[in-house]
Amino acid sequence: MYTFSSKLKTFSYALMIVGILGVAYGFFTTPSSVEDVKVMLQESHDTHGEVATAHDSDAHLDDSNSHDSAHSDDTHAEHVYHLLKNKPWSALYVALFFFFIISLGTLAFYAIQHASQAGWPVVLFRVMEAITAYLPIGGILLFVFFVLSSLHLNHLFVWMDPEVVAHDELIQNKTGYLNVPFFLIRAAIYMAGWIWYRQHSRKLTLAQDNATDLSNYTKLFKRSAAFLVFFLVTESMMSWDWIMSLDPHWFSTLFGWYLFASMIVSAITTIALVSIYLKGKGYLEFVNNSHLHDLAKFMFGFSIFWTYLWFSQFMLIWYANIPEEVTYFVTRFNDYKIPFLGMLVLNFVFPLLVLMNSDYKRVNWFIVTTGIVILIGHYVDIFVMIMPATVGDQWYFGISEISSALLVLGIFIYVVFNALSKAPLLAKGSPFIKESEHFHY
Amino acid sequence: MSSKVIQAMYNDDDILMDAVKEVRAANHHIEEVYTPFPVHGLDKAMGLKGTRIAITAFLYGCVGFSFSIWMMNYMMIEQWPQDIGGKPSFTFFQNMPAFVPIMFEMSVFFAAHLMVITFYMRSRLWPFKEAENPDPRTTDDMFVMEVAVDENEQELVSFLENTGTVEIKVTEK
Repeated sequence: MYTFSSKLKTFSYALMIVGILGVAYGFFTTPSSVEDVKVMLQESHDTHGEVATAHDSDAHLDDSNSHDSAHSDDTHAEHVYHLLKNKPWSALYVALFFFFIISLGTLAFYAIQHASQAGWPVVLFRVMEAITAYLPIGGILLFVFFVLSSLHLNHLFVWMDPEVVAHDELIQNKTGYLNVPFFLIRAAIYMAGWIWYRQHSRKLTLAQDNATDLSNYTKLFKRSAAFLVFFLVTESMMSWDWIMSLDPHWFSTLFGWYLFASMIVSAITTIALVSIYLKGKGYLEFVNNSHLHDLAKFMFGFSIFWTYLWFSQFMLIWYANIPEEVTYFVTRFNDYKIPFLGMLVLNFVFPLLVLMNSDYKRVNWFIVTTGIVILIGHYVDIFVMIMPATVGDQWYFGISEISSALLVLGIFIYVVFNALSKAPLLAKGSPFIKESEHFHY
Repeated sequence: MSSKVIQAMYNDDDILMDAVKEVRAANHHIEEVYTPFPVHGLDKAMGLKGTRIAITAFLYGCVGFSFSIWMMNYMMIEQWPQDIGGKPSFTFFQNMPAFVPIMFEMSVFFAAHLMVITFYMRSRLWPFKEAENPDPRTTDDMFVMEVAVDENEQELVSFLENTGTVEIKVTEK
């Protein structure tokens, strides 16, 4: 049995407190009116001189063509005001979403192991179950966030604003799908299904520990296969609802897969990091370096898979060059060049070169270093999926962004390690337990 | 120089693995093991050095990657620039996304083919080469372990008989 060390508990509390202070600071320091923004813009014009002016006229070419310049300044200030109002909300959304998909990806990976009746990962099941323990809490937090969005406390989802829809024919055509009640109902269905499977599978593996027959195990096998079908459909729809609808004019048919790749690679990395942490503390003595080697192979493989999907999405849109599609990448190349291209280095080049050698996949500090880089890279990936639509060119990594990540990380660590201490670390009832314990490659 | 070897036959890969471990533990020198299929873990049990073919694969991949860059630059930019889909084709960099699939395929192509050729050369395999296996049954269902005879032939034979062998032959090589 694992005991949640008081040191780690204090650390997670500290993360939460620092995070919550930073998030609150972020919300209180948003400009309170358009007038404030005008003053702010004026100041930045004065200090940055020509660079800022050139930049502004670039971004709002359409406005300045059709309106006189005074009017343009007003609309610009109002625009910036809305973007800055969104900034702390978006930062919180990125963090909530990122840790939620780590947990969800782990659940999918876990279900795949049961459905494929894999032998090697049995010794890691309790680690995976602990990571998915965050799913109910993370799900509720996200759902509350969506309810607050639908109450117009923020304007991340522009299609939720009837004022915007009234002037936008494209969104009007989509209101059959993109409307607030249906959006919330869908979110509730996805989460209910995922959380149900998580709680149910946990109950079954715990019951299997002391069972004399395999009835729990066979039940779990069937439920896992059914869950995977449900998951692959809902995961794809979730990616449209929660991320793609932030840009309601734009769509990509492989977006669900793309998000899934991000999700599964972050999830496997987290499993590896938690396992290595626990081994370092003297637990999980039955996990050997062949198990870690397998996890590292998955990290390597799915990093390449993510790049493949990233590039497939990018190249088709780049080549076809259809205006309503390329805007997505034009924004990212113009305003987000460093995070957008930097994440390719973090998520592809780094894991490719470091984890290519077979021997390195068995060395703990190689896995940990690459793992941290991969997690940062995929956090940036989610950041670049969300921010351009909600805060546009007004982004920066500030207190809101860092403290949102710290806050949710604190909750995540607390929930995961608390769940680890609730059950024995070895799922000893599984029929494959001997195979897994003697796994070697 | 001719040397005497003992060929011990086995009909099961698990028995063979145990035998290999026993023979090595008794400090006899295993010349070679012939098997009808790759036996997992046999290389480690025989104490063979790890293969370096992965390193060559990486290097061949780098060659293919570089070659594809040179090839696409020559074909599409220098020799005969083509305007496809309105894309400016005057610099390599602006066209690079379209070349990425070719770079990828060339890296895989070079790595795969050159690795196979290297493997054949390293294992001395070429067309019309005479088979080296001492008994045709090693391509069917038999495993043969060749052990070098150093001093006492009789002792070695009786030692091998206890390792689960089904047939033993002593030959000159």
